[in-house]
Amino acid sequence: MAPSYNAKEEDGHQPGATGHGGAGTMTNKKPDNTAFKQQRLPAWQPILTAGTVLPAFFVIGLIFIPIGFILIVYGLTLLIDYTGVDMSSPCYNCSQSYSWNNTQSCTCSVHFSLDQPFESNVFMYYGLSNFYQNHRRYVKSRDDSQLNGDKTSLQYHICTLNRCSKECEPYRSSDKPIAPCGAIANSLFNDTLELYYIDPNGSRTAIPLVKKGIAWWTDKHVKFRNPSGNNNLTVVFQGTSKPVNWRKPVFELDPLDSDNNGFINEDFIVWMRTAALPTFRKLYCIIQKKPNNMTPTLPRGEYILEVTYNYPVRSFDGRKRMILSTISWMGGKNPFLGIAYITVGSVCFCLGLVLLSIHYRYGKRNNSAEISS
Amino acid sequence: MYSLERPVRGQSSSPKDRLGRKRRTVVSSLTEDEDNKVTTTKYSFLSFIPKNLFEQLHRVANIYFIFLAALNFVPVVNAFQPEISIIPILLVLTVTAVKDLWEDYRRHKSDKFINGLLSCGLFYHRKQQTYVDQRWQDVHVGDFVRLSCNEIIPADMLLLYSSDPHGVCYIETANLDGETNLKQRQVVRDLPQQVCENFHSRIECESPNNDLSRFRGYMEYPSKARVGLHNDNLLLRSCTIRNTETVIGIVVYAGHETKAMKNNSGPRYKRSKLERRLNVDVLWSVVLLVIMCLTAAIGHGLWLRNLKEASFLIPDTTSPALSGFYLFWTMIIVLQVLIPISLYVSIEIVKLCQIFFIQNDVDFYNEYMDSRIQCRALNITEDLGQIQYVFSDKTGTLTENKMVFRRCTIAGVEYPHEENARRLEVYEEDEAMGCSHTLKSRASAKSLSCKSLSCNRSSVSLHTLTGHSEGEEPPSPTLPQQSAFSSPLEKDIVPDPFLVQKLNSLSSPLFLLKDASMELTYIVDFFMALAICNTVVVSSPNQPRHVRFGLPRFSTLSPPHTTESPRSFTRRLFSRGKAASFTPSEENKMLHLTLGACSGLGNSNGAQGPPGEPGADELIYEAESPDEAALVHAARAYRCTLQGRSLESLLVELPGMGSLAVRLLHILPFDSTRKRMSVVVRHPLTNQVVVYTKGADSVIMDLAESPKGAEQSDGRQGHIREQTQKHLDNYAREGLRTLCVAKKVLEEEEYEIWLKRHAFAETSIENREELLLESAQRLETNLTLLGATGIVDRLQEEVPETIEALQRAGVKVWVLTGDKQETAINIACACKLLRSTDQLLTANCGSKEACKALLLELRAEVERGEAAEGTSGFTLVVDGRTLDFALQEDLKGDFLELSRRCRAVVCCRSTPLQKSHVVKLVRDQLRVMTLAIGDGANDVSMIQVADVGIGISGQEGMQAVMSSDFAISRFKHLRKLLLVHGHWCYTRLANMILYFFYKNVMYVNLLFWYQFFCGFSGSVMTNSWVLIFFNLLFTSAPPLLYGILDKDVSADTLIKLPELYKSGQNSKAYLPSTFWLTMLDALYQSLVCFFIPYFANAGSDADMLTFGSPINASALLTILLHQVIESCTLTWLHVLVLVGSALFYFSFTLVFSVVCVTCSPPTNPLGVDKLQMSQPLFYGVCALTTVLPHQLAAIASVPMSLPVKLQGLEVPSLCY
Repeated sequence: MAPSYNAKEEDGHQPGATGHGGAGTMTNKKPDNTAFKQQRLPAWQPILTAGTVLPAFFVIGLIFIPIGFILIVYGLTLLIDYTGVDMSSPCYNCSQSYSWNNTQSCTCSVHFSLDQPFESNVFMYYGLSNFYQNHRRYVKSRDDSQLNGDKTSLQYHICTLNRCSKECEPYRSSDKPIAPCGAIANSLFNDTLELYYIDPNGSRTAIPLVKKGIAWWTDKHVKFRNPSGNNNLTVVFQGTSKPVNWRKPVFELDPLDSDNNGFINEDFIVWMRTAALPTFRKLYCIIQKKPNNMTPTLPRGEYILEVTYNYPVRSFDGRKRMILSTISWMGGKNPFLGIAYITVGSVCFCLGLVLLSIHYRYGKRNNSAEISS
Repeated sequence: MYSLERPVRGQSSSPKDRLGRKRRTVVSSLTEDEDNKVTTTKYSFLSFIPKNLFEQLHRVANIYFIFLAALNFVPVVNAFQPEISIIPILLVLTVTAVKDLWEDYRRHKSDKFINGLLSCGLFYHRKQQTYVDQRWQDVHVGDFVRLSCNEIIPADMLLLYSSDPHGVCYIETANLDGETNLKQRQVVRDLPQQVCENFHSRIECESPNNDLSRFRGYMEYPSKARVGLHNDNLLLRSCTIRNTETVIGIVVYAGHETKAMKNNSGPRYKRSKLERRLNVDVLWSVVLLVIMCLTAAIGHGLWLRNLKEASFLIPDTTSPALSGFYLFWTMIIVLQVLIPISLYVSIEIVKLCQIFFIQNDVDFYNEYMDSRIQCRALNITEDLGQIQYVFSDKTGTLTENKMVFRRCTIAGVEYPHEENARRLEVYEEDEAMGCSHTLKSRASAKSLSCKSLSCNRSSVSLHTLTGHSEGEEPPSPTLPQQSAFSSPLEKDIVPDPFLVQKLNSLSSPLFLLKDASMELTYIVDFFMALAICNTVVVSSPNQPRHVRFGLPRFSTLSPPHTTESPRSFTRRLFSRGKAASFTPSEENKMLHLTLGACSGLGNSNGAQGPPGEPGADELIYEAESPDEAALVHAARAYRCTLQGRSLESLLVELPGMGSLAVRLLHILPFDSTRKRMSVVVRHPLTNQVVVYTKGADSVIMDLAESPKGAEQSDGRQGHIREQTQKHLDNYAREGLRTLCVAKKVLEEEEYEIWLKRHAFAETSIENREELLLESAQRLETNLTLLGATGIVDRLQEEVPETIEALQRAGVKVWVLTGDKQETAINIACACKLLRSTDQLLTANCGSKEACKALLLELRAEVERGEAAEGTSGFTLVVDGRTLDFALQEDLKGDFLELSRRCRAVVCCRSTPLQKSHVVKLVRDQLRVMTLAIGDGANDVSMIQVADVGIGISGQEGMQAVMSSDFAISRFKHLRKLLLVHGHWCYTRLANMILYFFYKNVMYVNLLFWYQFFCGFSGSVMTNSWVLIFFNLLFTSAPPLLYGILDKDVSADTLIKLPELYKSGQNSKAYLPSTFWLTMLDALYQSLVCFFIPYFANAGSDADMLTFGSPINASALLTILLHQVIESCTLTWLHVLVLVGSALFYFSFTLVFSVVCVTCSPPTNPLGVDKLQMSQPLFYGVCALTTVLPHQLAAIASVPMSLPVKLQGLEVPSLCY
């Protein structure tokens, strides 16, 4: 892209130079002889020529290839499928017997080992596949104003008058408003995952999983809010009913942390941010780096994943996974992007070389015949 | 239609005449209806919104988008919140409405100004019996209006009184048709003097119509006597009263019914070729849209069928097939952007800006006339870049239409006027722009072999002439372009010494030549005819033009022919000419006797100085056609001066006889069917009724039969005809315009008979035109040929260059002219339409069969010629009669086939109708873009038929301009208009349209690809506001600028290399293949833009908007960068708009992601973009996706640019 300044386009003619001497005094219709009106504005021509494209190719090549390596090298990811499709799988039984209406929870333990230690903070995700959280009608089935603490949205009789309820169809009972309403909330992921490290000596150590900070700050503090007025959530949510598939009402989601209940429950918030693609992961918790900094967050060794198996995915051929990942400054490990960067970068570089040789061989020959544009 | 027969309010009737045509009856009345208020606005304050909406809803595109918006309100299919889907259509409607409102406001302002004009004219008030001032809008039909000199006429009114003793009034119609010459109007005949106080007559006239040149009706007096009314009695609205102190008229048409308003049809609307092509592609887009939606619908149905009981599915009982059907409509809403909604509005805006630039081009400015180009059609700018055929008028278009008398032949004797030729040459050298090629020089070069006779006079006139040209200023500052006034070039004719000698002998005592006296009668008659056979209005520069002058002076002029002697002399002279029954001896005696008396007069005349010298009483001739002025000036050069004109008489000064009043009996005006005009006068000397006719040579030659019973002169007439024909042929070969002059002496009885029938014709309301024509034809028979004139019409400057450039640009130039074949060929040679290497094919035939055979033969010849080498091309010359045959149904194919192979075609002797037929034939049969250019009323039909009509504002009024799409002042402007502006407008618009398609397809496909990953459910990964605004706001301004300012080739290069124009002719910039290539490019870019973020985010925890954010951003950057690469020039404006667009997008999304807490469900953007823009991954994805699509373009461009350079081809474009 060569910015070649075109000197000819310059406004060379002086206005009035062609006019008669006395013409100025008369009111004549002569158009102004300005560069703009005469379309003679100085212009740059973005011409792609060998001379301009080549440096661009080299620069792109030199920048992209290192970035690609960084994206490939940094970051670790471990992925454990615990759906229980195979007979051999530890969760097979749970997956077979399960439906939404079960009150009895089923647990299973999955053994796995880490070949590499995970340094720094480790992010633990649950992953679902073939789960279309981006289905249009599913995405729509929520009430943002209810989630933002709008009390009127919790009161059924007002809802009938105007807006709120339509979004949550058909997850709405006839007598009491559902809190939180809608299909997204109704299908909240409710498996519980626990992670244990098996010492070489055979004892199990529970790894502390921190639930705080898994949701976006803006979501937790701006977008999602409990209805105000009373600190006691039980009172606030009085007169509402829980979603059909839920076992506990919204104000009892986190029995351990009372600040993590209601609409601002972080698991709930994370779930409500509908995934873009049918195969997705969602942040379950964070395994924080140990303060002494001597041992890695997750040392090499054997681990057990304890799953309270509640969430049915077999009916739509879904899969459930647990994912452990560390994050670099570019985000998580991103092999595709890394490879893409390296590919594009090296293609640019190679093409640059090829074109340079062509240009070197043929370009000189017609330098004399170059057009003076 | 209504009548105002009785002064009863509201009693309006529409009497129909026998033929069922509506008529109007007007009497002076007090009725209040039908006022003169004019509203050209389309809307009123209240009606604007409903009416404008209604109008806009007539457009198919708008209906489509309203349908979409409505669809979104259907719950099962809605894709967005209802209000969002209204935004696009609302925005488009608003922009269009604002544009309409602005245009309407301008009209309203001018209306208000006009309606409120408190004309100082006085309006008669019946009740008060006095005249009162009134506003224009309060004038009603049936009102009496009194106007003074220089006032503008507020409504069409019938002239009832004029302060002029002859009942004449002059009007200037410049406001109406641009003609600056004065037109004469006369009071209704036999009207009582006290018109207003007791006016009880009834006026019947035709219903309001738009025919400016026709008005028919009659006035019935209380005595039941009827007087015919015609155009001469009508004063038209917006004309100006001149040279007349007071006039009174009764209003017959007011307000919108006036002829001026009826003619005002506003700007023209044409659909350009590019727009037709565009509509095809819009249809393709629709097809594409349907295919995409069908894919999604079927996909959704299948997906649903394979899915059982998923927790993310909302349970309902709809079958997968029905869901698929619903989804089809949802997808149409989601992908609606594919149809470029804003494209139509954008095109209109771009065209307006293109018009702005064309109008402001300083190269189209004409210093002399102080005029720029006028663009009357606003929406066919790009057609200028695709012209394949140019049909040009000759006179006034290729030539100056400044008619200069060059030479004449009288009674079979040729007077070459060598000095005159030399004078013209001197002028040319003075004026020449160095290379201007004119016809005259060729003509004079030929005749230089003849030795000139005298030189002493020429120095005098040349001297006076230069003095003239310096001192000659436009007489009035209010009329800077006095096209009606002749320049010295046209005025100062140097008389032929030989002819002067002959004329002088009239006043010389030595005048004894026996046979010459016979010739002398011819000469005197000839100049007499030149002086009076016209409609020239005489005025004087000494007195201001706008006050009355001519007539008092005229009336005070006591007839100078009180002395009996010259009168009797010429009476003899003329009587002999007529009957040839004199005896030479008697004649000689008489001459001796009389000439003694008149020599004194002649001398005193001569003492005033040579003719043409600016004297105190110099006259100004204002003629409707420049030929007439030229002839009157020629006559004046021989001291046969037209000094004044009134309705009933003419004042003529004859050499040796002083001023004579000639009683004017009738004027049979010129029309194109008769091709001649006549005046019937009572000869002042012989007192006979004489008809002077002048007209096209072919017509007059046929009519100039030998008078019966005059055997003696028979042979002489025959000789004269023969000689004159020979001279005429010579003139034509020189490229002169020829006119024949003839006369006829009527017997009193003959005249009486004719007069009766003519009076009947004049008063009849129906078929008046036909009857008048018939009447005129009855009179114009058995004429005696006097002689013929040759008039030079100079070629305009740079005409040959322009024609050559057009031909190099692949444009075929046809010349359609009413002139003679020889003249036409000569002009064609002079303007390089015909080259010396060209083979000339002439087609003249008398019958259809002959014509068919000829066409086939010529075609065979062309085929032979094409096979052979040496000839550069063929030029076909067809005359009007052959053209008539060739245009018939069964021959037109052959004709076209022949003319298609010729490089140029010249049609001579063609009528206006034929001109338009030819244009239509070529346009329809060959399916080419045609352009017609002309300057006169006879070109109007041709201009209207052609795809692009261009009018030349010149000497012949404004009819051509009024009907044209573009009006220029010189032919040479056509070159820049087509080659530069046409090329630019076309490529700009074509590129912009393609870019619009690209942009929309590119963006919409992103949404489409997403459907494959959301179960074809119609989800979008973007906030719906951003989605809608993406096309309407974030990426709409750059293409506009691209369409307005981009220059693929510089103006200089386009002028230098007309061949570049061919790319536009072949629609190179916008072929169907280009469209599909653009589509493919868009497809590729959208694939890159979607799938790089897709793979980068696959399996991650990205939510929908997080996923969409880099896609949107990189799509925007890609689209903008694509524009930068597509553009050929970038100015600071481009940079401003491009950077501005990007900044606008990022700031909008950023702000939106911060402030929008619960808005815009279900795609609430809170926090998304803020978070995204703080993460390196976002930029990593954006960088990759923006670079990758253009990498391909860059890769493609570099090898492309190399071979072009290798071949040594000079590609002069700014792009390659």
